[in-house]
Amino acid sequence: MAAFLQFLFKGISVGSLYALLALGYTMVYGILSFINFAHSDVFMLGAFFTWRFAGAFGLDHPSSVQVAGLLLMAMAACAVTGFLIERLAYRPLRHAPRINVLITAIGVSLLIENVGQLVFGKSVVQFPSLSEASIGFGKHTVMMDDTFTIGGVNVRVVEVFAVAASIALMLALQWMVYRTKVGRAMRAVSVDHQVAGLMGIPVDRIISLTFIIGSALAGAGGLLVGFTYGQIKQPADASWILYGLKAFIAAVIGGIGNLPGAMLGGLVLGLSEQFVAGYVSTTFRDAIAFALLILILLVRPSGILGRRVVEKV
Amino acid sequence: MLRRALLPILVAAVAVVLLSLVVPRDSYAEKILFDIGINIVLAVSLNMVNGLCGQFSIGHAGFMAVGAYASIVVTYYGGYALWGEVGKHAGLGGLGIYLVSIVVGGLMAAVAGWLVGLPSLRLRGDYLAIVTLGFGEIIRVLLQATPGVLYPSEMAEVPGLLRPLHLGGALGFSHGQSYNSIAWTYAMVALTVLVAYRLRESTHGRAFLAVRENEIAAEAMGVNTTRYKVIAFVLAAFFAGVAGALFAHQLGAGTASRPEEFNFMKSFEVVIMVVLGGMGSVSGAAVAAVALTLLTELLRSVQDYRMIAYALLLILVMILRPSGLFGTREIWTIWRRKKA
Repeated sequence: MAAFLQFLFKGISVGSLYALLALGYTMVYGILSFINFAHSDVFMLGAFFTWRFAGAFGLDHPSSVQVAGLLLMAMAACAVTGFLIERLAYRPLRHAPRINVLITAIGVSLLIENVGQLVFGKSVVQFPSLSEASIGFGKHTVMMDDTFTIGGVNVRVVEVFAVAASIALMLALQWMVYRTKVGRAMRAVSVDHQVAGLMGIPVDRIISLTFIIGSALAGAGGLLVGFTYGQIKQPADASWILYGLKAFIAAVIGGIGNLPGAMLGGLVLGLSEQFVAGYVSTTFRDAIAFALLILILLVRPSGILGRRVVEKV
Repeated sequence: MLRRALLPILVAAVAVVLLSLVVPRDSYAEKILFDIGINIVLAVSLNMVNGLCGQFSIGHAGFMAVGAYASIVVTYYGGYALWGEVGKHAGLGGLGIYLVSIVVGGLMAAVAGWLVGLPSLRLRGDYLAIVTLGFGEIIRVLLQATPGVLYPSEMAEVPGLLRPLHLGGALGFSHGQSYNSIAWTYAMVALTVLVAYRLRESTHGRAFLAVRENEIAAEAMGVNTTRYKVIAFVLAAFFAGVAGALFAHQLGAGTASRPEEFNFMKSFEVVIMVVLGGMGSVSGAAVAAVALTLLTELLRSVQDYRMIAYALLLILVMILRPSGLFGTREIWTIWRRKKA
């Protein structure tokens, strides 16, 4: 039972990260109908930006306020990156065939990775320590890198923090898309660019905004993954791309273009990965995502929460 | 047609014979010629899916891996079953088993292509990209989990049917024999180019082009789009398997057939060749394969900048010349048009 709960906790922790990334994929796919391969690289940049900012300010042991500051800076830097990617690489191809955009996305991804290798080096990078970061009030204060054992389950505070931060960001996005005017414009653009434009919606600006938001979320994900694992791998490491692919698969599982679907898909994927790794074999952990993808494509191609869309001429 | 094709085939055949006489065995030059040939096979075959049929596959290295391992199983374990030893077999027997291994490699890759393509090709094209990429990763993970290669002394302990599962794990299949030669490589290149070129002029090829240009219109005209997409995909997978078989039997094949050799960077390299050469142009893909392979060798000293340059090239070509450098045309038609 303790093992089960441990896998459950780990699954939620990993799954909420997938969900955070999946939101970026699903938003871009919903509006522009292509897989933004560069999204996983923005995620990677989020981690490296955090590391660089922390280094620039001499934060070897940041306090929790400083961590929050780093989070904002990483999100802002990634938002700018996302904006530039869309503006320079994708916008000139707005009316090109989808396959061209897809190839460009791969090009952007390769470019960021290899420039990243030059700028950030080719070795594993140690993240700042969280031993001075406390969270909570008065008597209920805990340190972020503490580990508690509750009912036989090892719970790291930083992982709980990461899950909570992801959920908060997801709720904020959900509120923005469904409760604000900008969100309504985004939904309109995703239904039909042309008609949305005729209704007075600045389509290009909304698309830029989508990239900015998605990239900021990816940047937050990068910071969270860095602090959770304590170290990050080199920019062109396959694990970054794998992270991105799994997040995209999570979006497909939940129903591409669907925000709650992306969150659900992330959790489903995170949990199934941890249970397979725990009960079957860790070798197959990376393969389970693709097995799930093929299964969902066969059984329910529009995803768990997606609606079937008929392609019109 | 035949007369027009005769001259280039003759010239190429003479060139290959001369090269295999001039280039020393196991030399650096031979290795580069192998690489060029294998990359031509990969690029031209991927072009059948990406260029002719307009579907986007980025898991070509995965099919190459299937072909490589299937063929090396045939020459190693098959060779043991036939002759009771695992060394390189000279003479007709060696030629025969190598030919069989190439065919088996291609067929196994084709089966894998069918299994992967059927669920994903029924849907929108870009799912194929993600599924093929994932397939490559699954293959790599599975190969890494296999037990070590059996030595002849250990063969007796494992029943014959289970032997092919011993693929060497993460260290790779370390007992490959160098059956490959320049003649073999370029025979396969010729076969691939011929099939690709004749395919485009055939009924099937026309259907591929229709699917690429407008899937809905093609379906309305009675083209069974899923069927043709799967055909293109399986065919491309077959030749990727052939390329894998060639790759697995060069010198130092043991180090060549490691699972990491077939990661998605390899797939991306092939995609870059196809895109730069022009999607739909057989000669364009072949020329790009030659150029990029040579460029890779020349730029080895500045390797950090090589991928940056490729990535920028990819983006710029897509923005400035969306159909690739040669577009859908063949090289000789471009010359002809300039003359007119």
